[in-house]
Amino acid sequence: MIFVYAPAGFAAILAFAVAVAASVMFLRNKNLWFDALAVSATEVGLGFLAVNLAAGVVWSYQTRAIWWTWDPAVASALVCGLVYASYLMLRRAVEEPSQRATFSAVWSIFCFIDAPLVTAAVYRWRALHPHRSLWADVAAVSQTALAATTAATLALAAVLLVLRLRQQNTRRQRESARRIAQAM
Amino acid sequence: MDYLRQFWVVSAKDLRAEFRTKEAINASLAFALVILVLFSFAFDAADLEAAAMNEISGGLLWIAFAFAGTLVLNRSFVRELPNDCLDGLIAAPISRSALFLGKAFANFALVLAVELVSLPVFGIFYHVRWARQAPELMLVLVLGTWGVTVIGTITSALTVNIKLREVMLPMLTYPILVPALMSAMQLTTKLMAGEAIGEDTMLWLKMLIGFDVIYTAVSLLLIEVVLIG
Repeated sequence: MIFVYAPAGFAAILAFAVAVAASVMFLRNKNLWFDALAVSATEVGLGFLAVNLAAGVVWSYQTRAIWWTWDPAVASALVCGLVYASYLMLRRAVEEPSQRATFSAVWSIFCFIDAPLVTAAVYRWRALHPHRSLWADVAAVSQTALAATTAATLALAAVLLVLRLRQQNTRRQRESARRIAQAM
Repeated sequence: MDYLRQFWVVSAKDLRAEFRTKEAINASLAFALVILVLFSFAFDAADLEAAAMNEISGGLLWIAFAFAGTLVLNRSFVRELPNDCLDGLIAAPISRSALFLGKAFANFALVLAVELVSLPVFGIFYHVRWARQAPELMLVLVLGTWGVTVIGTITSALTVNIKLREVMLPMLTYPILVPALMSAMQLTTKLMAGEAIGEDTMLWLKMLIGFDVIYTAVSLLLIEVVLIG
């Protein structure tokens, strides 16, 4: 499970970092390509976060025979997932494309700042309850094997990101073509 | 100096409009009281031991405050929609960050007022001696409320033009507010139990202050983009 858990979590963090960088770039030069990159990266990040969360739950069951134990590593992933889900909700609600891109770029920055705060708060909250740390298990497995799976997972994330980015760009072109057609 | 005046004019305008119509504050206050009463069905307040009641008091209070606060925050920018007041405000020759701070402060005052009324009511209903660390509790109340209002005001600006805005605002604010609400709940519980701020609670206080400082700064930086695009 550790070989699924750690690489997926790492890929999710990197994807969110790409999303926030793309959001800042969008706010600087208003190029909708960066907006498409931000949403693709967030979606890929949420996907890997879900895998990470599922692996964390299974790990919890394997070690303690309880599915959900409010382990800080798993609980903070859940809250981060909720935070980033709000980003996708906001996108769905705003209709006008350039306004949607601007608002979601702002929200992406808010979400990214929130992630370390959430993690710190959840770890602090659970600090009073002694538990077997997930990170001890991560440190216990073969680090070369872990590095190899992480590399493979990151490659998979990159492929998914490019695929999603192409879909987003095609959709944007289709929508703008439709808008021009309607205007005529 | 000019900045302070702009800030004050916006805030005073919002507060004056609110005191004349009382549309948000009445609803918010009534909602807070209803929630506080509803909590009593979740557990038997008369039979619960004092220690157990203290343990959950911070959580109950902040859930009620966050819910009631949403009603005030929802109105903040929506109030400017009739007669295109929002366009007028944006076009006015004032700093956009002063506009944001003014609105945030007006919301802050309203939410704090609701909280200050609900707090003694909570104390009476659930036999909680809440005023044992009154100055520290006030500090936590002010910091927690500022966190809620600064996030709520910028979300109110983000959602003002979209469909389903009443649904979107809580969907956006509550997950982001997790660190602030968690700190405020922990601190309130400890202070109501009569504990002074020690090493353990200090960390929560730092987290709350950090949340407020970071999000106030980021909001001031980004409000221009949100309002003008």
